[in-house]
Amino acid sequence: MTVANQSSETDKTSPINWGRILLWIGVILTIIFCLAPVLWQLLTSLKTNESISTIPNVYFPSLDQLTFQHYQSLGWHFLRYVFNSALVSLTSTLLCLGVGAPAAYTLTRLKIPGENVILGFVLIISLFPYVLLFLGLLEIVKFMGLGNNYIALIIPYTAINLPLTILVLRSFFQQLPKDLEDSAKIDGYGTVGMLLQIVVPMTIPALVTTGILTFIFAWNEFIFALTFITREEMYTIPVAVAQIGGASIFEIPYGPIAAATVTGTIPLVILVLMFQRRIVQGITAGAVKG
Amino acid sequence: MAKLELKNLRKHFDHNVIPVKDVSVNVNDGEFLTLLGPSGCGKSTLLRMIAGLDQPTQGQVILGGEDLTNIPPGKRNMAMVFQSYALYPHMTVSENISTSLKLRKVDSIEIEKRVNDVSNRLGIQHLLERKPGQLSGGQRQRVALARALVRNPDVFLLDEPLSNLDALLREQVRADLKQLFESQQKPVVYVTHDQTEAMTLSSKIAVLYDGYLQQLASPSEIYMQPANRFVAGFVGSPQMNLLTLDCQENQAILGEFSLTLPYLPTSPKAVVFGIRPEDVSLGEEADGDIVEGQVYLMEDLGKEKLLSVRINGSEQTLRAVIPADQLWESEQVKLSLSRKQMHWFDLESGDRLN
Repeated sequence: MTVANQSSETDKTSPINWGRILLWIGVILTIIFCLAPVLWQLLTSLKTNESISTIPNVYFPSLDQLTFQHYQSLGWHFLRYVFNSALVSLTSTLLCLGVGAPAAYTLTRLKIPGENVILGFVLIISLFPYVLLFLGLLEIVKFMGLGNNYIALIIPYTAINLPLTILVLRSFFQQLPKDLEDSAKIDGYGTVGMLLQIVVPMTIPALVTTGILTFIFAWNEFIFALTFITREEMYTIPVAVAQIGGASIFEIPYGPIAAATVTGTIPLVILVLMFQRRIVQGITAGAVKG
Repeated sequence: MAKLELKNLRKHFDHNVIPVKDVSVNVNDGEFLTLLGPSGCGKSTLLRMIAGLDQPTQGQVILGGEDLTNIPPGKRNMAMVFQSYALYPHMTVSENISTSLKLRKVDSIEIEKRVNDVSNRLGIQHLLERKPGQLSGGQRQRVALARALVRNPDVFLLDEPLSNLDALLREQVRADLKQLFESQQKPVVYVTHDQTEAMTLSSKIAVLYDGYLQQLASPSEIYMQPANRFVAGFVGSPQMNLLTLDCQENQAILGEFSLTLPYLPTSPKAVVFGIRPEDVSLGEEADGDIVEGQVYLMEDLGKEKLLSVRINGSEQTLRAVIPADQLWESEQVKLSLSRKQMHWFDLESGDRLN
């Protein structure tokens, strides 16, 4: 006796699936909530000054309310600031990974006495509210004459991100199968060769994830950048945006500020889009035994 | 080519954790030695010491007369197959296989020839450009084997390579492995907890327990003449019947019945009696001692039946393996214990007495 497929009566009129509709509404609302500020800035950067200050707010500007004038007022000079931000962020990210990864590996594989004490220290440092560190760092910068020097930003950024990097990479290394390193030793890899050719390629998702976090922090950081760099051509983007003034103190130049913000965010967006597959890999790595 | 000698190897991690206490074994060319034992008996640690991944606290590993203690694993000319295969996920199959040769600066034409030879022999030549993540478990295992074979090492080390395969595939690969290593004529050290693998593959089995060597002998000797109670109970499925019996002079008392002890220098108060279920038959046999009991459990194994019988006059149970089609009339049955297949062990030390 075979079991045949029998369509039930309810299939003829497909019922409205309330669950799915609610789900989609929720998804769309969440997306709007997250993207709204960004889209608003984008819109503001393209609207004419009149349409920015019109009441009621213009949500969907018509073509004659759009202009590129704000981007033009930034001028090519703005790219100087983008370069400064990029330099500082990239260097501190690379330094952070370059110091953090070997540290994390050593803490995982070599059984050092006092390992837990070291980890405890690392954790405590990450608990410091970094705004408190600011005054102390200011004294050091003045003492060493590092004002208006990229180093004054690179080193604090690296130091602040190092604990997180070490902890994340350590937990990642812990779930890398040790068999692979044993196999490499038997194959004839020396320690350095094994690390560079076997371990690092497997760690790339974690390196990218922590790298991106460090990069974003350094890119958006404001207080240290404002205090330690006073020369105009060395400003990073957040500081440069804050300095954009209007014709008089009563006028807030929403348009140029929005344009500067958008220009400053684009590199980050591009970076994340380029690495997004790796980031997801990094976050979900180890979920299933490979 | 080379003889592998392990001399008094001992390894301890902490004051309390001593996985290998004192092991000495030799393996010659063409010999297949299996390190057999339950989990935690020290067999994997022993293998790692041979490979050089762990350093022994005492003792030496000697290959072809040369002491390997100060030689790193990469330079011992040994190849290892891991339980998890340990294939490099970011390299293709052919890169995985050839990487050890490239590190030793072997000529690239020679490398290509060897890789092709080995992959043809293992049937993986069509997989050479894939990455390990795109292979099935059986295929990955063959790549791991290829990686070991291509090196032409002095010794092969295998750490439970069949554990991750399903039962059917395991049987097939077992047969392939046996033929493969017979043709290699190098010492092979194989670690497993599966006695079927140990019995079918090896020329010599080293049974390990609690860091000590329990018995080192050929598979048939281990099966027929287990050196102590542990080996007797560990090798053989269904498990050997092991009963602790009180003794009176030269008789061991089993419920209402008595069995004649073999000749012993002193009469013990109690003794451990062992007999395999397949050496216990229903009914009366000429060469057997007869006992009677109540059948309380019958397990159908397909090709035979396993009966559990409680002996009259005691709480002890004997298990018997009988042919699948044999029937018995009532629950009270007579069992015949083959005298030639009786094993006697000392109660305290567990050592064999007969």
